[in-house]
Amino acid sequence: MLEDRTIAVEPLIRVENLAKHFPVTRGVLIGRTTGQVKAVDGISFTIGRQETLGLVGESGCGKTTTSRLLLRLEQPTAGRVLLDGQDVHALRGADLSRYHTRVQAVFQDPWSSLNPRLRVRETIAEALVVNRRVTRSGKLERVEEVLHQVGLPLSAGARYPHEFSGGQRQRIALASALAAKPELIVLDEPVSALDVSIRAQIMNLLKDLQARQPLSFLLVAHNLATVRYIAHRTAVMYLGRIVEHADTESLYRRPLHPYTKALFAAALPADPDAPRDDMILSGEVPSPIDPSPGCHFHPRCPFAMEQCARVAPELKTIEPGHVVSCHLY
Amino acid sequence: MAAGAPVVLEVRDLRAYLYTRWGVVRAVDGVSFALREGETLGLVGESGCGKTMTGLSLVRLLPEPAGRIVDGQVLLEGEDLLTKSEPEMRYVRGRRMSMILQDPQTSLNPVFTIGDQILEALRQGRADGGRSLVARAEDALRRVKVAAPEQRMRAYPHQMSGGMKQRVVGAIAVAGEPRVLIADEPTTALDVTIQLQYLALLKEIQARTRLAMLFITHDFGIVARMCDRVAVMYAGRIVETGPTRALFRAPRHPYTEALMASVPRMEGAVTRLPSIEGQPPPLHDLPTGCRFADRCAYVDDRCRREYPPTMAIGPAHEAACWRIERSPSSR
Repeated sequence: MLEDRTIAVEPLIRVENLAKHFPVTRGVLIGRTTGQVKAVDGISFTIGRQETLGLVGESGCGKTTTSRLLLRLEQPTAGRVLLDGQDVHALRGADLSRYHTRVQAVFQDPWSSLNPRLRVRETIAEALVVNRRVTRSGKLERVEEVLHQVGLPLSAGARYPHEFSGGQRQRIALASALAAKPELIVLDEPVSALDVSIRAQIMNLLKDLQARQPLSFLLVAHNLATVRYIAHRTAVMYLGRIVEHADTESLYRRPLHPYTKALFAAALPADPDAPRDDMILSGEVPSPIDPSPGCHFHPRCPFAMEQCARVAPELKTIEPGHVVSCHLY
Repeated sequence: MAAGAPVVLEVRDLRAYLYTRWGVVRAVDGVSFALREGETLGLVGESGCGKTMTGLSLVRLLPEPAGRIVDGQVLLEGEDLLTKSEPEMRYVRGRRMSMILQDPQTSLNPVFTIGDQILEALRQGRADGGRSLVARAEDALRRVKVAAPEQRMRAYPHQMSGGMKQRVVGAIAVAGEPRVLIADEPTTALDVTIQLQYLALLKEIQARTRLAMLFITHDFGIVARMCDRVAVMYAGRIVETGPTRALFRAPRHPYTEALMASVPRMEGAVTRLPSIEGQPPPLHDLPTGCRFADRCAYVDDRCRREYPPTMAIGPAHEAACWRIERSPSSR
């Protein structure tokens, strides 16, 4: 698996210096721009085929904006998102239609992501009808296929979303994402709205789906244990930047960036005898409006040095596949 | 830890039902537990298991008119709260028993300043030798580590972050120096690094005031960190209670066992998580036997016929499962 990914082929997704700044305006009629929210501030990563990249961080770190940029729901301020070498924000016409079948999404809340007025099979077929020419029988066949793949009975197709529980709805959302045979599914907090006993069902389903077909995931999540279980590689974001990026195993075995360490220390292990190496950060994530120069984390960092306030650290490779952006290394 | 301390709150066979057009929802269906001074009891379960309804029943704030407490006793320092009138209850809330809810966004009033809201809580509270209310409100903010409380008093909720708002909610909850604090998922809306700050703060307040805490959560990480004892709830009933360590080391109810196994871990790679298939039964249409029977790996005929009695396993450790009778604990 790992060998496959290191072969020098173009990865499925390549993100280059991607940035998204939102202007902050004052005044009602004549808006003056008074600042910039740098939601995403120059990030780069790749997602290989059949690979899962986990994107973790606290609220406001830019992980959702990143996923929206990949989904073409936002225009980047700078940088590019390449799907198979093609800039997705420059796609037009037939290429754009094709993009919409190749990249799909599953969102956090299965109560608001499904149309309550459509039968499940109509919701699932919609993704097919909009972007591909399919025959009626071909459509029904595919609907049955994906219902089976996500572990729902065929009879589910004739029912409405309100007849299902949260876990089953998330299966429906996944089925409709799968219908068009995508190569990438963006999963934005796919299990965090679900109950503890249901989460494992959905996480296992995601792993099974990926094992059976060429499917890549971008997993946006704040729960570190979920990411560890599903993602091959993990990137940690803080205030719009990636501060650390590594193979999941390497990252969880040896987190390097002080923020990653604090984040890991704050994730409470389900074990009363676990060692408590508490690193309680002071303060909160500062406002992303015009953040200070230098390292964005330095105001909360227990190891901050004089240069951290002035110079933004570069991403440095510490060991193969493990990069960190911190002056300590 | 708090084993010798006096019992502050005792709940006996509490039943709280919701009367809806689909039928009677038995949200809390015979719940009993005791809480000692300075102790934290975790009430764990999935959404819809009745844990929040249990908390709301204790302070008698069930959603009306559907929700009604139909049976049981809630003994706060020996006094049954269920026999009290509403004006009497108003004296209990905040002064003797407080509750922190999940979402600070909705528990604070957006059109009043933080100061107004703390002052309101203090006015309901007991008189305190002539010190001005404002000074006491500022103290309350200082105790929950809000920086510059003099300025924060004039701030509106929307001017504060989620973590800061939840601190203010905490300040209001403990301003009246209650004996019991019910915390209903107080950190679910917060980021993890902020959650850790908040949990540490609650522990600190508890150490200072010997507060008894009922901590409602679905997060086993929080239970492991915060609780002395745990009660696991399923479909309206407590299925297992025990000291935190014993429950984590040797869960005896199949539901507790399966639930713990299905939680992904931070430490050590796992290739396959065991999951619990199926759903909990609807609370308006409960089976006569064990409510977990349909999802249980060890189910037999008797489980489906009769609800198992609660059986003792070890010191302060008990569970409601027929299997315990069959295979007595090795310890």
